[in-house]
Amino acid sequence: MTRRTALTFWLFVGPFAAGLLLFTYAPIGWSAYLSFFDARNTVTPTEFVGLGNYVDMLTDRAFLDSLGTFSLFALFVIPTTVVLALVLALMVDRVRVAKAFFRSVFFLPFACSYVVASLVWKMSLFSGVDTGVANTVFGWFGGDPQAWVGTVDPPLYWVVLVTARLWLQLGFYMILFIAALQRIPAHLYEAAWTDGAAPGWQTFRHVTLPGVRGALVAVLVLNLINAYQAFDEFYNILGDSRGYPPFARPPLVYLYYTSLGSGGQDLGRGSAGAVILALVIALVTLLSGKVFRRSS
Amino acid sequence: MIPPVGHRRGTLGAIAHWAALVVATVLFLLPFFVLLRDGLAAGWSTVADLFTDMEIPFARSLLNSTVVASLQTAGQLLLCSLAGYGLARIPYRHAPKILYAVVATLMVPTAVTFVPSFVVVSSLGWLSDLRGLVVPGLFSALNVFLFRQYFLDFPVSLEEAGRLDGLSRWGVFWRVVVPNSTAFFAAIAVIDFIGSWNQFLWPLIIAQDSSTWTVQVALSSLLTAQNPKITLLFAGAAVSILPIVLVFVLAQRYLVRGVTETGLQG
Repeated sequence: MTRRTALTFWLFVGPFAAGLLLFTYAPIGWSAYLSFFDARNTVTPTEFVGLGNYVDMLTDRAFLDSLGTFSLFALFVIPTTVVLALVLALMVDRVRVAKAFFRSVFFLPFACSYVVASLVWKMSLFSGVDTGVANTVFGWFGGDPQAWVGTVDPPLYWVVLVTARLWLQLGFYMILFIAALQRIPAHLYEAAWTDGAAPGWQTFRHVTLPGVRGALVAVLVLNLINAYQAFDEFYNILGDSRGYPPFARPPLVYLYYTSLGSGGQDLGRGSAGAVILALVIALVTLLSGKVFRRSS
Repeated sequence: MIPPVGHRRGTLGAIAHWAALVVATVLFLLPFFVLLRDGLAAGWSTVADLFTDMEIPFARSLLNSTVVASLQTAGQLLLCSLAGYGLARIPYRHAPKILYAVVATLMVPTAVTFVPSFVVVSSLGWLSDLRGLVVPGLFSALNVFLFRQYFLDFPVSLEEAGRLDGLSRWGVFWRVVVPNSTAFFAAIAVIDFIGSWNQFLWPLIIAQDSSTWTVQVALSSLLTAQNPKITLLFAGAAVSILPIVLVFVLAQRYLVRGVTETGLQG
């Protein structure tokens, strides 16, 4: 009987398990292995270099800069996303007519790819020409036209990158918050009002916010993991036929050029970088979870 | 859910609320408006050019994207629902350990696996190959986890009725469980299809030969080229989001459910 159970189990789970082994576990193991070898242009290296690749990566200014830049990026983009997504969710949840319409409008960018958004942001909304949308609006307030993507000092390209990411992601997180808002039982609000809480801030602070806490943590963690793995919009907005500029390089863009770029494939260093990045993400996620738990 | 009674605001509050909604609506729709305006600025002939300009394998890339997204969605549904069901319902001794091994991979970010996965795929000889684009993406631990959670709540009584009718586990899954779970399958399918259609990094490294480009890779290579042909580019982008917008409009109910499940459970 147990034998039969085992057979049935593997009938269901076997195909998936085999794929997971081959396409997730094997690569992780292989990568850990490669990170200790000199693996330039080869996947079957012979020269063991110990921690050499790790030392290389950790003393490589460009890699450290990219980790630093993206910690700052995360520090800015995550709170902004969380607050704006919650505001959108509240606006949609509290409106009495055309609720479905507004929800669809704010959620629609989820259907758009990062590549297409990059195209619209780079070539139209924030194009350097006077008639670009951002420059037109800027002009109404007496501002001079700017070359948004090309302006390094001050780094206006961040405006382009951050607004694109917000537009693409807010709807997704808004949906999560709306789901959480709808799960708050109505009697909690009624009880709060009976107890004398004013509708508005007090109700928000004592009923709404605790009610969406689970969603808040989910949004925070998803955001964090996503911010460190930014690639698509950076590659497409800042990259051009000359390659990628030396600034605002996300860790993934850096790893992409190190391990798979045309300049020579260094899989050892790329793998070491991937391991370091994984540790950073794990550490930051753990820390933020701790901080968040303590503050509430 | 906030009760309507007692939720009274001043007129000022209502005006501010509506003003904010209208401004946000304009901001959110503006990029779509710009995309359509610039894409069709030169008329429908630009769209026709997309399919006749031989320098750009645009028609081919649309076909590739359709094939990749469809196969990936179907494959994920099949493999992940089977695995999720097995993990939820079959009392195998080692099932908890297997589940743990599946869930553990959720902690590993894509950033870590894309280089080594590339190595595996290239040693299989699957670079610039449909298999390299589709197969590695089939084994979604997140989907397995979601299916398992869903099947745990599936009414056991229905399954037992099927067993009494003489069906095996396999028969129960296909004849009882799947037909009664179409809404959940649709939710996962919509999310998978959009994700697959829009993905960029993986096809960028795998589809090195332009005949295997997906539509995202084709658009990106036009965008980052020297002197990009802007009208053509916008027309291509507009065409590329059409199928997804269609899916979005027709299946939004499932999509919202799928997003809620993936976001809050995962």
